[in-house]
Amino acid sequence: MNKSRTHHNPNRPGRTPGTGPYGENTKVMRIPESVVAHVSEILESCKERTLLAKTRDRVLLPADNPDPASIPLYSHRIPAGFPSPADDYIDQRISLDQHLIPHRESTFFVRAVGNSMIDAGIFDGDLLVVDKSIEPVHGHIVIAVIDGELTVKRLVQQNGETILRPANARFKDIVLKEGQELIVWGVVTSTIKTLV
Amino acid sequence: MPVALVDCNNFYVSCERLFNPKLEGKPVVVLSNNDGCAVSRSNEVKALGIKMGEPWFKMERIAKQHGIIAFSSNYTLYGDISSRVMATLATFTPRQEIYSIDESFLDLEGFPAHTLQDYGQKIRRTVKRNIGIPVCVGIASTKTLAKLANHCAKKNLAGSEGVCDFGQINESARKALFQSLPVNEVWGIGRKITESLNLLGIETVEQLRTADADFIRTRFSVVVERTVRELNGIACIELEQAGTPRQQILVSRSFGMPVVTLENLNESVTYFATRAAEKLRKDGSVANSVCVFIRTNPFKINEPQYERSIVVPLMQPNDDTAMLIKAALFGLKHIYLPGYQYKKSGVMLMGLQPKGVMQGELFDNMPVTDEKADIRMKAIDAINRKMGRDTIAFAGSGTRRSWTMRRDRMSPNYTTRWDELVKAS
Repeated sequence: MNKSRTHHNPNRPGRTPGTGPYGENTKVMRIPESVVAHVSEILESCKERTLLAKTRDRVLLPADNPDPASIPLYSHRIPAGFPSPADDYIDQRISLDQHLIPHRESTFFVRAVGNSMIDAGIFDGDLLVVDKSIEPVHGHIVIAVIDGELTVKRLVQQNGETILRPANARFKDIVLKEGQELIVWGVVTSTIKTLV
Repeated sequence: MPVALVDCNNFYVSCERLFNPKLEGKPVVVLSNNDGCAVSRSNEVKALGIKMGEPWFKMERIAKQHGIIAFSSNYTLYGDISSRVMATLATFTPRQEIYSIDESFLDLEGFPAHTLQDYGQKIRRTVKRNIGIPVCVGIASTKTLAKLANHCAKKNLAGSEGVCDFGQINESARKALFQSLPVNEVWGIGRKITESLNLLGIETVEQLRTADADFIRTRFSVVVERTVRELNGIACIELEQAGTPRQQILVSRSFGMPVVTLENLNESVTYFATRAAEKLRKDGSVANSVCVFIRTNPFKINEPQYERSIVVPLMQPNDDTAMLIKAALFGLKHIYLPGYQYKKSGVMLMGLQPKGVMQGELFDNMPVTDEKADIRMKAIDAINRKMGRDTIAFAGSGTRRSWTMRRDRMSPNYTTRWDELVKAS
């Protein structure tokens, strides 16, 4: 197990240039003490990048928590032979999760119940994608809290009034009274219907 | 270094209220495992004088009288909401320490001092809007002071609207504040130390702050001395960032009903070892020994008491569920005595180290890691992640599990089960 390294110059100690943790030649430099921490951080991230780049050459890293709806970007490795002509054109496969959920942490799924929103295409049992981070404005379909219950309605602001409007002529507007605070739980960003 | 402590208000209760707005303004309490004691109380419940940890049977009468609504703890729900809160907080700082399920330290180094109060408000508003969980923010120059500032924010003793920045308080106001706070409000000053400090005439935070640090070290410990220095604004406790590997993994639970037979204990220990092994692999670690323990119910003073634990070292550091279960059951067989009503068992994995490191030391005559077991465990983890916990489980963990927790008042898993989603009409 005693493999000695071949140096480019036998008089120079240390490793062969370019083989260190940064994957390139390095230089000695004086820096003010106050920025040492900052510079070290940058160096650490350089190291990580080098390591990552090296690892990527050899293996495909699976995602930590693989996203079942997407397949990670990869490139063909053909040890011998002609590379795939499609190689340069492969793109990341599109992910429904990413498309429907731009804000992972603030997005919740809510089950629609009843018929009050059928004219807006929301039917009983539909799955609503609700983003709490979006500031509700006039025209949004929102999940609001009325008498302690969650309700899905269109938010309408007209003539100084705030109205929660159903999308079904058989249901009545909910008009907020003077001083009554509107509590919007979240903004509905998509409706998902299962057909089969 | 300015550091913030963000703490969720009455976290478990807030999680329940998030999906059940009817609970707003009502007295709500969340009970511990087996519906035993109060572990989270709404302000209304606190106002009724119900203490943290109070057993449910003791408050049942008051509960009825005041219409207190009680929930079993739904850790699946709280865990998911916690991860959302923590990920949101992470966007406010390059360095975050997740201290507990509902608390996180944020490093605010480099932010202009006069903007911190506003920044705290922004954190508070964002978490409230994006997740729906109310939080308080304490800001100070050390972690111990940030904890104290958070307490002041929560109790509205200083700062405003749930944010308290000690940097914005002048010296005389700070002094008056510290003189009004009992010493046991300080992070790390528990009941016993408080009693000893009180005997020495140290009753307020200000008295502890001005105490002689050397005297405190000789009389107590370096830990308490460090606390004194931290109270004086000298940072001694570093921020521990995520990724700091755990030292040990403990999975243990009280049983819903007393367990007598070794067979039932075997089931529970197998189940706990499985859970612990999952956590171990998620951390990318291996364990070099397994500790297993059992005990009877110490509150039933009329029943015979027994408590025993044993550490089983492993031939080599391991993360294979099968091996860990084997070791745990081996230990259990040695400590089990018939004739006792067991209340609790648990499995602790110890001597943890990163898996990769171990492989680096393989030259020293160590047997090669069991690649087949590796592949097997990866496959099982992947399936269970996709299809739900225990889709594939070791048969030894049982299917009936008569010993599982009593959770009669549990809310739905609003965020982790398709069939339990919150509804809107």
